[in-house]
Amino acid sequence: MNIIFSQNLMEVMKKHAMETYPFECCGFIFGKDQVGGRKIIEVQPATNSKQGDKRRRFEIDPLEYLKAERYALANDVTLVGIYHSHPDHPAIPSEHDLKQAVPFFSYLILSVSKERIENITSWQLDHKHQFKEEFIKIENQIETLNN
Amino acid sequence: MARIIIPTPLRKFTDNQATIEVEAIDIRESIHALSALYPDLKKQLLDDTGEIRQFVRIYLGDEDIKVLNNEKTPVTEDAVISIVPAIAGGIA
Repeated sequence: MNIIFSQNLMEVMKKHAMETYPFECCGFIFGKDQVGGRKIIEVQPATNSKQGDKRRRFEIDPLEYLKAERYALANDVTLVGIYHSHPDHPAIPSEHDLKQAVPFFSYLILSVSKERIENITSWQLDHKHQFKEEFIKIENQIETLNN
Repeated sequence: MARIIIPTPLRKFTDNQATIEVEAIDIRESIHALSALYPDLKKQLLDDTGEIRQFVRIYLGDEDIKVLNNEKTPVTEDAVISIVPAIAGGIA
């Protein structure tokens, strides 16, 4: 499946991952499923509420999650995924990512080092609860909620 | 009627409906009413004995029902109930 971002939205997630380094960042991805792929309309940084080592784990507070669902309903978009970073590790889902993953969502992973974003990948669970990589497509003209 | 917000990962079990209205006096009745409407959702929310599964988090408004009266928390006509999946992950 294609997941389609504008360059601007991609930059928001990259900036978040760089600013949060060496800790993991996380956030919400809103969009719509259309012919040709999952079109992303907005991304929103979230707080990594993990108690413990935020360099290796992230967690989103349930209240923050439900506010994201309410935001989606109010703005006629769908919460279609979650992004997070892997500081100094590849953009490959870990066993922990797999264990925690829920169906339908796209899981975008940014591999980040101190100097730069190394790689970005996106994954979705298949019917066997295994991650299947999505194809990330960058388009410059995407209608966003803010314009 | 109380309104239940279905998280996107569970909407495939509710014919893609984002919100469902149910007639109920408390959280337990609400979740059971929802499960009766959408049997495929039932096994996601309830265990074999009909209890709400441990990992299913339920909020009434902005409050976790665990800090209220759990399943016995009363719901009013204008209540908004949310089912919240655990969102987590990381390198290891």
